[in-house]
Amino acid sequence: MIEARGLHKSFGNVNAVQDVSFVARDGEITGLLGPNGAGKTTTLRMLYTLMNPQRGEVRVDGINAATDAIEVRRRLGVLPDARGLYKRLTARENIEYYARLQALPPERIGDRVDHLIRLLEMGDIEHRYTEGFSQGQRVKTAIARALVHDPRNVILDEPTNGLDVMATRSLREFLKTLRGEGRCVLFSTHIMQEVAALCDRIVIIAHGRVVAQGTADELRELAHETNLEDAFVKLIGEEAQAMQ
Amino acid sequence: MKQLRTPSITVYLKELRESFRDRRVLLNALLLGPLIGPVMFLVILRLAVAHEVEQAEKSLPLVVIGSEHAPALISILKQADVEILPPVDNPEVAIRTQQRDLILRIPADYPEDWRAGRPAQVEIFYDSSRRETMSQVQRLRNALNGYSQLQSSMRIIARGISPAVLHPIAIADRDQATPQSRGAMMFAMLPYFLVLTAFMGGMFLAIDATAGERERHSLEPLFINPVSTASVLLGKLAAICTFSLISVIIGLTAFAIAGYYLPADMQTTVVLDARFALLALPLMLPLVLLIAIVQTLVTAYSKNFREAQTWLGLLQLIPMIPSILLTILPFKPQLWAFAVPLLGQQLAFTRLLRGESVTLLQSSLCTSATLLTVVGLFYIVRRIYASERLAISP
Repeated sequence: MIEARGLHKSFGNVNAVQDVSFVARDGEITGLLGPNGAGKTTTLRMLYTLMNPQRGEVRVDGINAATDAIEVRRRLGVLPDARGLYKRLTARENIEYYARLQALPPERIGDRVDHLIRLLEMGDIEHRYTEGFSQGQRVKTAIARALVHDPRNVILDEPTNGLDVMATRSLREFLKTLRGEGRCVLFSTHIMQEVAALCDRIVIIAHGRVVAQGTADELRELAHETNLEDAFVKLIGEEAQAMQ
Repeated sequence: MKQLRTPSITVYLKELRESFRDRRVLLNALLLGPLIGPVMFLVILRLAVAHEVEQAEKSLPLVVIGSEHAPALISILKQADVEILPPVDNPEVAIRTQQRDLILRIPADYPEDWRAGRPAQVEIFYDSSRRETMSQVQRLRNALNGYSQLQSSMRIIARGISPAVLHPIAIADRDQATPQSRGAMMFAMLPYFLVLTAFMGGMFLAIDATAGERERHSLEPLFINPVSTASVLLGKLAAICTFSLISVIIGLTAFAIAGYYLPADMQTTVVLDARFALLALPLMLPLVLLIAIVQTLVTAYSKNFREAQTWLGLLQLIPMIPSILLTILPFKPQLWAFAVPLLGQQLAFTRLLRGESVTLLQSSLCTSATLLTVVGLFYIVRRIYASERLAISP
C-alpha cells in the first residue's frame, strides 16, 4: 500500500505539487491521470524517495519514507520516467545488476531472472546488448529489472509511452497479472482510455493538485457525465477556472 | 559496513565489465594514457639534444666586412671553425631584417692601430632579442678574446715582462652540479607526463560513470535501488582508480624502458630506470585517488558527456602549473611544499630523477596531505551525489 499525505513540492517559484493526498491499495490498479505538466512525475518521484517533499509524508506498507528510505525502496518496484539501460550489457546482465543491488541471494538470482524473462516474453533479446533495442524491448527490460526483487508495490511512470498497440496491450495484461497477485499497482498516464481500461481507482491531478479521485463510476457521478472522458475534461476544467 | 561494501563491489564489477567492452576506455587506459607521456617525452628530448649537438658541431657562419684589413685575425677565426662569408653593404639593415645572423666589421684603420699598438677596434652586429643567435655571438666573442689575449701576452713577452702580470685574478670554474642535477633541468616536464598518465587512464570512465549515465537516463533508476549513494560513488571511484592505476603502471614501465633509449650523455645524468618506477609508484597511489575524485566532481557538475570532456581537458592542464613553476622559479623546496598535492609529488619525482632520495618525512607528508584532500573531496562529491538534481536527467 502506498500513501501520499499532503505532499508539497516547489522548484523556485513554481509550485509543482500542492497538497497531494491519495492512497493506492493492494490488489488494485490505481491510475494517476492528468495532462502533461500536471505534477505526476514529481509526485511519483516523491513516492519512490528520489525527491523529498517539502511538506507532507509518504508511507509505503506503513513505513515512513522520510525516516527509512532504504526500506521503502526495497518494497517498491519502479519504472521511472528515465529508463536508460546499460548499452554494453545484455538485457539479462542489466536485470542481474539490479538483482544484486537489491541484495537478492546470489543462488536465487538466476531463477528469478529466468522467471521474469519468461513472463515478459524476452527470450529472444535476453543475450543481446541493449544498444539498438526498440522502445518496447527497452521498456520490457526496464520493467524486468524494476520487479527483480519481487516487490509488493509497483510504480510506473507513463509505462505505455512510445509503445505500439501490441506492446501496449501486453503491458496492460501484465499489469492485470500483477494486480491478480495481490500487488499494489500505481501508474501515471495522460491517456484517458488507459485509465478506463485498467484502473480500479483514479486520481485526477491538474496544476499540481488532486482535483478528484474515486472509481470510474464515482467520477462520472461527480461530474454528472455518462462518459468518463467528458467527466475528466469537466473536472480538470473546473480546476482551471478555480485557478483563475 | 556490509551494507556499504556489498553494493560498492556490485557497482565496481559492473563498471569494470562495461568498460572492458568499451574500446574508448580501453584505448585510453591501456594505450593512449600510459604511452603518450613517455613517447612525447622521448621525442622532445631527442629533438632538444639533437639541436644542441648540431649547434655545437656546426661551423659558425660569419659575414665579415673588411677582411682584407686583418688577414691574421681571419686565419685564426678559420682555425676556430668559422666559415667566412662575403660582406654585405649595410650590416645594420641586414641584421634588422634578419637576412644575416651575425656580422663582423673590421674598419680600415685597423692595420694602423694594430701596428701602433693601440686597441684596434672590431665591431660585432647582432640582435640580442634573437636568442638562437646568442650562442653564435658567444662563440665569436670567445674566439676574438682568445686572439686578443694571445697577442697581448706576446707583446708583453717581447718587452721582457711575464704575461702573468696581465692576469691579477685567475678564475677557475669548479661547477658543483652533479651530472644528475644538470640533467634534471631537462626533466622538469617528466613529472607532468607521469601525472598525465593517471589523468588519461580513468578519464573516459569518469565521464561515463556520472555525466554519461545521467545523459543516458540510467542514473535515476540506479538511485531508486535500496543502496546508499555513498556506496554507488565508492564503486564508481574504485573502477576509475583501477583504470587510472593500470595506466600509471604501464606508463611507469614505459618510462623505465624509455630511460634506456635516452641519448648516451643523458643516461649518466638522469636516473630513469626500474628503481625510479618502483619508488614513484607508491607516491602515485594517493594521486590516483585524488584525480579520480576530482574528475568525478567535475563530471557531476557537467550537463552532458561533451561538456564533461571539455572541462576535464582543461583540468589536465592544471598539473602543468607546478612543472612550469619549478622550471621558471627553481626554488629550493621547503618541507611545506611537499604537503601541497601535485606539487609535492612532482618535487619528489624530480629528486628521484636526480638520483637523490626522498625522505620518509617528505613522502609521508606528501601522501597524507593528498589523502586528506581526497577525504574532503569525497564528502563534497557524496553530497552532490545525494542531491535530487543529480539523478534527474536534463
